[in-house]
Amino acid sequence: MALLTFDTAHKPRQAYASMAILLAVMLVFPFVASQFGNSWVRILDMALLYIMLALGLNIVVGFAGLLDLGYIAFFAVGAYLTGLMASPQFAALLESVVNYSPALGDSLTAMFGESIRTDGIHLSVWAIVPLAALVAALFGALLGAPTLKLRGDYLAIVTLGFGEIIRIFMNNLNDPINFTNGPQGINLIDPIRIFGVSLAGEAGSRATVYIGGLKLPSVNAYYFLFLLLCIVTIFMTSRLQHSRLGRAWVAIREDEIAAKAMGINTRNVKLLAFSMGASFGGVAGAMFAAFQGFISPESFSFTESIAVLAMVVLGGIGHIPGVVMGGVLLAALPEVLRHVVEPAQRTLFGKVLIEAEVLRQLLYGLAMVVIMLYRPAGLWPSPRKEDRPAAALAKEEAEEAA
Amino acid sequence: MSATTTTATALLNISGVNKRFGGLQALTDVGIRIEQGQIYGLIGPNGAGKTTFFNVITGLYQPDTGRFELGGKPYSPSAPHEVAKAGIARTFQNIRLFGEMTALENVMVGRHVRTHQGVIGAILRHKAARAEEAAIRARARELLDFVGIGQFADRTARGLAYGDQRRLEIARALATEPRLLALDEPAAGMNATEKLALRELLVKIQAAGVTILLIEHDVKLMMGLCDRISVLEYGKLIAEGLPAEIQKNKAVIEAYLGTGPV
Amino acid sequence: MMMSLGNVVCRRAAQQEKEKPTMETFIQQILNGLVLGSMYALIALGYTMVYGVLNLINFAHGDVLMIGAMVGLSILKFLDASFPGMAGGLQLAIAIVGAIPVAMLVNVLIERIAYRRLRNAPRLAPLITAIGVSILLQTIAMMIWGRSPLPFPQLLSSEPIMVGGAVISQTQVLLLVLAGCAMMGLVFLVEKTKMGRAMRAVAENPRVAGLMGVDSNRVVVITFAIGAALAAVAGVMWGANYASIQFAMGTVPGMKAFSAAVLGGIGNIYGAMIGGIVLGIIESLGAGYIGDLTGGFLGSNYQDIFAFIVLILVLTVRPSGIMGERVADRA
Repeated sequence: MALLTFDTAHKPRQAYASMAILLAVMLVFPFVASQFGNSWVRILDMALLYIMLALGLNIVVGFAGLLDLGYIAFFAVGAYLTGLMASPQFAALLESVVNYSPALGDSLTAMFGESIRTDGIHLSVWAIVPLAALVAALFGALLGAPTLKLRGDYLAIVTLGFGEIIRIFMNNLNDPINFTNGPQGINLIDPIRIFGVSLAGEAGSRATVYIGGLKLPSVNAYYFLFLLLCIVTIFMTSRLQHSRLGRAWVAIREDEIAAKAMGINTRNVKLLAFSMGASFGGVAGAMFAAFQGFISPESFSFTESIAVLAMVVLGGIGHIPGVVMGGVLLAALPEVLRHVVEPAQRTLFGKVLIEAEVLRQLLYGLAMVVIMLYRPAGLWPSPRKEDRPAAALAKEEAEEAA
Repeated sequence: MSATTTTATALLNISGVNKRFGGLQALTDVGIRIEQGQIYGLIGPNGAGKTTFFNVITGLYQPDTGRFELGGKPYSPSAPHEVAKAGIARTFQNIRLFGEMTALENVMVGRHVRTHQGVIGAILRHKAARAEEAAIRARARELLDFVGIGQFADRTARGLAYGDQRRLEIARALATEPRLLALDEPAAGMNATEKLALRELLVKIQAAGVTILLIEHDVKLMMGLCDRISVLEYGKLIAEGLPAEIQKNKAVIEAYLGTGPV
Repeated sequence: MMMSLGNVVCRRAAQQEKEKPTMETFIQQILNGLVLGSMYALIALGYTMVYGVLNLINFAHGDVLMIGAMVGLSILKFLDASFPGMAGGLQLAIAIVGAIPVAMLVNVLIERIAYRRLRNAPRLAPLITAIGVSILLQTIAMMIWGRSPLPFPQLLSSEPIMVGGAVISQTQVLLLVLAGCAMMGLVFLVEKTKMGRAMRAVAENPRVAGLMGVDSNRVVVITFAIGAALAAVAGVMWGANYASIQFAMGTVPGMKAFSAAVLGGIGNIYGAMIGGIVLGIIESLGAGYIGDLTGGFLGSNYQDIFAFIVLILVLTVRPSGIMGERVADRA
């Protein structure tokens, strides 16, 4: 880790050099990995989405110190919004509205046009992304509002409750009006279309995208889009961190009473943390829906909220490079396990004793316990002690004294 | 200081504050009147209600009754951040710094209430945002120098010596551009030299035009420093006046030393 | 999801509701609520006692319930194989008695390994550790007992008992009895015994209790042990009542029981008991009548959200709960 640093304030040249190297590696990666088939790039596509989620959650947990255990709800909001607005689902919804209240059904058709009865609504990515960000931000404020006066552990449980409530609604909001299509989920979601080029490739092209003279597998095309979004996310969260607002967040995390006494409107600042964090989750959710083409409530469970939290905590709570690393490790981990550990077990023991999925869960659990006991600042904490939460420093001081 | 003062020119005018916690009447009909530019002292035995009164004035506790005026205009002590905005800043009995931030950043947080760049400014860093940020940083450095810890600007607040931490807390409070600076036992735990330095600092602050309200236990310090003093005991005001008067006041002496042969 | 989302009797009652609302249905709902509530009360006691002494939410408590159920099932399978003629009631008793020490051991180990070092850390750390422990317990259970739901044998007679037009099973009656006894036993322990006094002292002010000669570590261990024992009873009875258990069964009931503890007043054992019963009844009535309340828009499959809504309401409107909180002064 000493070779790579991203501390632009104290070591600018080394930091920018590190960033350049990393960017070069990331840009070249898909071309190299494609030689071995699509799976590695696909893994990284998902990892990039998880990194966006982790960075968004980092605002809430890392900067402002609010333990949100239901963060995946915003991912779900973005995904389902896309599912509703960029697939045939709206037609199904309309059908159910018509069954329930014909008058309402007619007025909606009048608003949007006859085609939505058969095809649904198909907004373009340029509309979906800001819409997802906005709606998710709204939900962020909505779900954050009741938690403003709660102390840490209660806040955690209430956010967990909200996450569950959202999932239950997603699972059941199909009757009488079919918003989410229930446990079956929504499929046939439009892929992303940029300047007329579909990132899933045109029909019959076997998932290959043609841009000008270039030919790319679809997963690679998505890779570059998600990489771009990730970079934008890193950029925005980094700017937020080192700003008046970022300071206010850390002040609240460190000592909320003192923060209030210094004139910070903690209610508004906390709501901003929830909203901003949620908006990144919403955009990631929209991308997820378009990428997979299909979503169901299973993808948005409490386990997923914990997975994202684990990335933030293990990586380096509050420290953006650490969070990114945590995201890469934990998102790529299951696949690495599947490709490495299972064959290894077969060679050693003749059969697979512990499946990759089970091993992944074990490692998650162990990691969370061990990290909190021995390295509460995460694996790659901020080099600036000022950015680390109190738990980590208290631990270090105890160690130094011993 | 003008000799004739009327209610209209008092900086802080508070009266009739009552506060009850369950079975305990913490404050009974307490009031205070501070003129612009004074250093005003609040003393009393432990548990008299001094910090409670502070907390009420600054919005941390909600009083049962009371009238609150700052600069002739009523203010509502309902939320601490509103109080800070109105112009009262405070320090805490048990220092409450933002431990993991540097000294400079602590003071920069103090500028929050007088600045306004938000999400857009943070992300875009346009000209106005950059200018504000530079101004915040410059002012914070100024204040650190003013209180005498400029050389520790980039030190983590937790790592500062105790006396410097107290100074930092004062610098942070000053960053909010208060009209009234309320200090809760700023000299606690200090030795004689440190207290002398603190006294100088407070006089310097007064000279810069900030009015000071001060809770302290060090009687000598208070007598030499304050323009007027109020004395609380068991939540009630038992004396108010010039330091010399307070020193000779029977009720005050009894409160501290008890009745009986002296 | 699983049967914990609403027991069969509850759902059928809800359907009956739609056809013909009657007093009998109402009594049925109340009865269901009492049964469910006793379960929640047993689990809530574990949460509330631990929170009272440590200001910590033992996130893994729901999984201790699951371990109790799994161990109980394993015992039953063993008994079935080795002593095929044994009476169902006796089997159940042995299963419960066998599950308790295992659950106690697990909970005590968790405290020792995961929580003790973090006693004075800021609240974020032990909460995350607790989540990690929960994941570990579930994964280990998955490795030992498999991923799929396991059927729990029918041990007591399935002859329903009529109570004023409503139906209750023998298993459910046993649950009510066990819960009642457990609660009375706990009250006796806390009010009348030396250990109980020590527990209350540590719950109130650990440092001063220490100065008075109370070994607070020992009290904490005993608190965890008792909580686990109650959870084990609840776990085995859960299996007996719903006839099916699974490695993930503990999460949702755990969260609901925690809501019940908060509803009653966290740290307050009377609060946990009352909160549990009240929440059970709210959930049962809510699931039964929600269809009517929302004009058919929401159905009884939304049952799970009641606990969370109650939690949010309590924390917003009256955070100290019905009976008032009793948490340690850890200043």
